[in-house]
Amino acid sequence: MTSARRSIAIGVLLLVAALVPLVAGDYYVNLLSQMMIAALLAASLNLLVGYAGLTSLGHASFLGVAAYSSAWLNLHSGLGPLASAPLALLGTLLVAAVFGWIALRASGLGFLMLTLALSQVLWGLAYRWVGVTEGDNGLRGLTRPQPLGLDLDSAAAFYWMALLVVTIALGLIALLVRSPFGAALRGTRDQPRRMSALGYDVWLIRWLTFVMAGFWAGVAGVLYIWYHQYIHPSSLSLQASAEVLLAVIAGGAGTLAGPVVGAVVVVFLKNFVSSYVERWNMLLGIVFLLIVLFLPEGLVPGVKRLLTRLRSGALRP
Amino acid sequence: MSIGRRQFIRAGGAAGGAALLAMPAITRAQSSTIRIGLMTVKTGPLASGGIDMERALVMYLKERNYMLAGRKVELFVGDSAGVPATARTKLQELVEKNKIHVMIGPLDAGSALAVDDYIRAQSLPTLSVAAAEDMTQRKPNPWFVRGTSTSSQCSHAMADYCTKTLKWKRMALIADDIAYGHEMLAGFQRVFEENGGRIVQKFFSPLAVPDYGTYLAQLKTNIDGIFLGFAGSNGFRYLRQFNEYGLSSKVAVVGGMTALDESVLRNMGDEALGILTACWYSAELANPLNKAFAANFRSEFKYDPGFYAAATYVEGAVLETALKSVDGRIEDKVAFMKALRATKAFTVRGPVAFDDHGNVVGDVFIRKVERKEGRLVNTVQYTYPSVSQFWTYPPAEFLKNPVYSRDYPPARNLEP
Amino acid sequence: MFAQLGNANFVVIQTLNSLALGGLLFLLAAGFSLIFGLMRIANLTHGSLFMLGAYLGVTLLSLGVPNLWLAALLAGLATALMGGLFERLVLRRLPGNSQGQVLVTLGVSFIVADLCLMLWGGDPIPIATPAFLRAPLQVAGFVFPTYRLAVIVLAVIVGIGLHALIERTRLGAMIRAGVDDPQMARAVGIPVSRLFTVVFCLGAGIAGAGGVIGGPILSAYAGLDADMLPLALIVVILGGVGSLVGAFVGSFIIGFIYTFGTALLPDLAYVILFLPMIIVIAFRPTGLFGRMSA
Repeated sequence: MTSARRSIAIGVLLLVAALVPLVAGDYYVNLLSQMMIAALLAASLNLLVGYAGLTSLGHASFLGVAAYSSAWLNLHSGLGPLASAPLALLGTLLVAAVFGWIALRASGLGFLMLTLALSQVLWGLAYRWVGVTEGDNGLRGLTRPQPLGLDLDSAAAFYWMALLVVTIALGLIALLVRSPFGAALRGTRDQPRRMSALGYDVWLIRWLTFVMAGFWAGVAGVLYIWYHQYIHPSSLSLQASAEVLLAVIAGGAGTLAGPVVGAVVVVFLKNFVSSYVERWNMLLGIVFLLIVLFLPEGLVPGVKRLLTRLRSGALRP
Repeated sequence: MSIGRRQFIRAGGAAGGAALLAMPAITRAQSSTIRIGLMTVKTGPLASGGIDMERALVMYLKERNYMLAGRKVELFVGDSAGVPATARTKLQELVEKNKIHVMIGPLDAGSALAVDDYIRAQSLPTLSVAAAEDMTQRKPNPWFVRGTSTSSQCSHAMADYCTKTLKWKRMALIADDIAYGHEMLAGFQRVFEENGGRIVQKFFSPLAVPDYGTYLAQLKTNIDGIFLGFAGSNGFRYLRQFNEYGLSSKVAVVGGMTALDESVLRNMGDEALGILTACWYSAELANPLNKAFAANFRSEFKYDPGFYAAATYVEGAVLETALKSVDGRIEDKVAFMKALRATKAFTVRGPVAFDDHGNVVGDVFIRKVERKEGRLVNTVQYTYPSVSQFWTYPPAEFLKNPVYSRDYPPARNLEP
Repeated sequence: MFAQLGNANFVVIQTLNSLALGGLLFLLAAGFSLIFGLMRIANLTHGSLFMLGAYLGVTLLSLGVPNLWLAALLAGLATALMGGLFERLVLRRLPGNSQGQVLVTLGVSFIVADLCLMLWGGDPIPIATPAFLRAPLQVAGFVFPTYRLAVIVLAVIVGIGLHALIERTRLGAMIRAGVDDPQMARAVGIPVSRLFTVVFCLGAGIAGAGGVIGGPILSAYAGLDADMLPLALIVVILGGVGSLVGAFVGSFIIGFIYTFGTALLPDLAYVILFLPMIIVIAFRPTGLFGRMSA
């Protein structure tokens, strides 16, 4: 696809997305809002998994830190949900900076385990630091922000706000990936030794990426807490981290659209199909299995490959 | 499942066709149908209790041909998988898509708290199964009634029984390190110590503990007994390991309302015999309603109904009684909610009424595990009639204290 | 806080507890370590195989299999067969695709968890302790479950057996060659592909048998898989991937940290296993005994 055609396609898609609340019921609008939050979280993790080649199994931590700190500030500091957001994001940045510094001492399975372990420590804190987190009662009694006097309590208003934020965030992530920094990042994934030899600070590039991935997950976390108005330790559990990782890989790590598609599929199966299929966990597993068997590179690149083959096959019967 | 046609068309446009493929056939909802939502857990580790909740409620409705107070009812079931954020999503679905009038559930405290403000915003009458204390205490939800009990409602009674009838003086406590466990132990401790006993050890074990050996090795044997505040499979494993360490001959065991539930006894052996627990239900209750319910449930599913099955069966009866008193007009939410809270019904657990905060006032039974017709059952030993969530304390005074927790009331008699 | 350490009974019993838990963890982690060492696959179905083994043990015993050991052997064979099929039909197609491996092993663990829930229900099911090990052992005033002592012994036997297999047999020599340098191994004519299947069967089989052996202590319950998988990962990472000795020592270290840690520092119970691992990996990415970086 040429870039002009791509821009038109994205523009049309956004326009259609913006019109959805005019025709759809609240349930579907809310479902889409959740898909967008999940998509942003997956896209942020994709920076690590797809572009840096670092498989993290603790990414829900950053969503959790942002959501918890935003909720806590909202409840205890007198700051509104909007004013809490920058502070919550700052806190998430700090946590990501420290976690990245520790986790990047290893790579491969060691990195995966360190991110898992660090996230489990946070999860333990969420359960046990009852004075701050209320333990497994979770934090509740929160409100949604009212930017410029707009009331985000309605499903449609929240959806438009989320659409705006997520579109901007995904756009910035896309810019980052296509920037010289993004090229260098892919270099550290494919040829770390050569990049080192060329004078790049591989560690620094990875660390900065880790921090940025944490930041965008934090943005997803702020949207998450605004949406749910509730946070519980399960939101940063191993299962939550595994789910977003699976979404990234299933959709196609290292592509811009892949994680978005993966997140949409996972939320669709988990929140929609689960109402009709009692064994939806099994179905989710089977979907992953089928993806691996037939589209091992992920849904988006896999389908693209099939289409290309189909087209070239049509040309040469 | 049924969706109004207009809603369906709007939805179809929304999903751009993708979601459409998954849509089941449409049946037009009758305007006169009462739509009940059951929020439960059918997948994941909590599924056992959640499936019983659905089975018992379906049984209740089937026995009435899906007619309550002269109106047809329809049941929609949401599976939260025990994850609070999912519970919220599922409730939105039940409310916004299925247009339920009333919710029964959820099972776990986290899910109940996660949907608390949504219930308020939607003014959705809710008959809860979850035990979270403050939802009917310091932060009462006006749309909430709870026909089961708070976490500590039965452990107050168990503590009273331990001091007054068993004459115990020194005890150890253990529970899962979650709010449910904290609240249950706190209530037990308060009554036990105010009656002159001493809690000398208190353990909270993390949820995902494979092995309790480390806790068993610390247990003092110069005590009168230990109280188990577990839920689900943890109590089961604790007790088996307790037995393994030869402790059963040295330390007596009593338990809270879920520790030796009928669902646990299904697979237990003789190690459970003789253990006393306090609960607002037993499959062995001799009232005629329960005799029929337990027998029917057993013949259909081949096991005794326990806490979770009884919970929704009781809530079903509360719902029906309230509906009758408003002639089935559930659409008038305020009047219906008032009727729910004013409900006085005789159910499988015995008489049920509600206090000003929407929590049940009902009998609590001290039960003993015995073998009967080859299976383990909880035989009723003693009945505490009309137990309130505030036990014998004046509500205003009770509510002045902080909510029961890990640290409140403080344990002053712990021994190193 | 540490007053309990002055109590002889506490120290002795907790030491035995640590050893027993360590033994159990070794039975869990040995297979994971073997598979990862040779194939570089983080088999995230490992917890599911352990749970599946426990449930199969339940069913085998109820069908009249005379004792626990035979049930463990049969359940181990069954999970070995399933593991072999999984390796042949699925993992085989994904060499070097570590993300695909994560996706498919987690996906299969979802399927197994839901299948177990469907077949065995959600209630915990006990596995009976063999009658002759049921009474606790009482020596000099100390009381300890006999079965747990048997688990320690069994773990040591399995450890020695595996060690001998790897160090003393032809198969072991091929595995060692494969672990050290797969390309070289292939070049000298070792059937690496068949070796992969054999090792995967072996690893899956030990996990399944371990589930049955752990049964009298842990029971079979929904969620056992999710409880055990992180433990297997911790042990293997701490000990060093691809090192059987590492997995063995790592198991017992974790046994001690967990048992004494939760008793002495109860407030840290939720994080007690992860903090030491973070420290070890942060300073020694190969783990304690690893020859290669994880």
